[in-house]
Amino acid sequence: MKPAPFDYVRPASVGEACRVLAESGGGATVIAGGQTLMPLLNLRMSQPFVLVDINGIPELKGVSRVEGGTRVGPATRQADALEDETLARHLPAFITALGHVGHYQTRNRGTIGGSVALGEPAAEMPATAVSLGATIEITSSARTRSVPADEFYVGPYMTVLEPDELVTGIVYPDWPDGHLVLFREVAQRAGDFALVGLVGALALEGGAITRAGIAWFGMGPTPIRARQAEAALVGASLAGIDAEAVARAAVADTAPFDDHHASAEYRRTVGARIFARALRETLDLRSAA
Amino acid sequence: MSEHAIELTVNGHCHATRVEARTSLGEFLRDGLGYTGTHLACEHGVCGACTVMIDGRAMRSCLMLAVQADGAEVTTVEGLAEADGTLHPVQQALKDNFGLQCGFCTPGVAITMACVTRDNAGVEAPRMEDALTTAMSGHICRCTGYQGIRRAIRQLAGAST
Repeated sequence: MKPAPFDYVRPASVGEACRVLAESGGGATVIAGGQTLMPLLNLRMSQPFVLVDINGIPELKGVSRVEGGTRVGPATRQADALEDETLARHLPAFITALGHVGHYQTRNRGTIGGSVALGEPAAEMPATAVSLGATIEITSSARTRSVPADEFYVGPYMTVLEPDELVTGIVYPDWPDGHLVLFREVAQRAGDFALVGLVGALALEGGAITRAGIAWFGMGPTPIRARQAEAALVGASLAGIDAEAVARAAVADTAPFDDHHASAEYRRTVGARIFARALRETLDLRSAA
Repeated sequence: MSEHAIELTVNGHCHATRVEARTSLGEFLRDGLGYTGTHLACEHGVCGACTVMIDGRAMRSCLMLAVQADGAEVTTVEGLAEADGTLHPVQQALKDNFGLQCGFCTPGVAITMACVTRDNAGVEAPRMEDALTTAMSGHICRCTGYQGIRRAIRQLAGAST
């Protein structure tokens, strides 16, 4: 298999990369780790004229603390992020979800930004960004802007990124110390895209939930925030939480579809089940069943 | 379509040549340099047969362009054994336990095992076994030879079988 012909450029700076993107008039595609893009190129489902390789841009790599949060460079390898102590300390939900991304071999090459920017609806990293309230930093030759993750995704593999724009950072806000991680997914095999999954964080104070951020993956055309469930949880005391009812509210926000792996009905049923189970386990609630 | 001058090391040998931008690393290793131990099968990142070591890390050579390996140190399955033919411990374990049938997936499996055993050297047997088994999710064996591969893993981990 061979991709359709393209020109390859490896800019050394964000400015240079943006210049190439602007000059290509929409015919360019950015490659980071390429673990999803390369299959699309090999299968000729994607046929760019120019491939812009951002692996040679040092400023796009690494994890740093910023005011009120943690900033992840988009070209940071998934395997490196998994070992990162700052992320482990401040974003345990991110680390939990990242452990489920692809395989050992693809995480060695794949990047955080590639996964976030591609917007595969069944992938863990876009939903993680949405659930934790991350902000996507975007740059082009003309301007720089920041977009909240839950406004970034518009459809399967579709985001608000313009053809001349580049993701230059993902900033995850701090959550209170000791916050809890919510994560569950059902996939046919380890490393496969999830049929249904959820990720998020819950903050507690004095036996009540003070902050909740939860998002689904594989449950619609984009990652989907479980807004009704978040609203039901915030302010609730642990004793007063009905996990099944919250799970039903969470599923009500989804829009799953049928495909050859699972029906929409299956996704809703399993979604409600794993949501309730995740809540019970994370909050140590007793099962109603 | 652009063409690029690249220089890389494969199994300790230096190669300087030109490649088309769209040539995958796996295709280049096989057809460009003759390292046919690297097997290409699905060519879209699912099967893991083409896994090679790039700067010490196991990666799929079908999901990387040759031009992106400029300056890299690549190890293929041909580079695992000693110069005198002594097999790498993972190769020996696969051989001892019938960890292969047709052998098509084996070069990738061996590369992954070599990386995981190196990175986890010194850990106790259950953790090594777990690390190796987990990493095997990235490989598909169509002979259904997984039990032999698992026996090889247990031998490598030093677990009692």
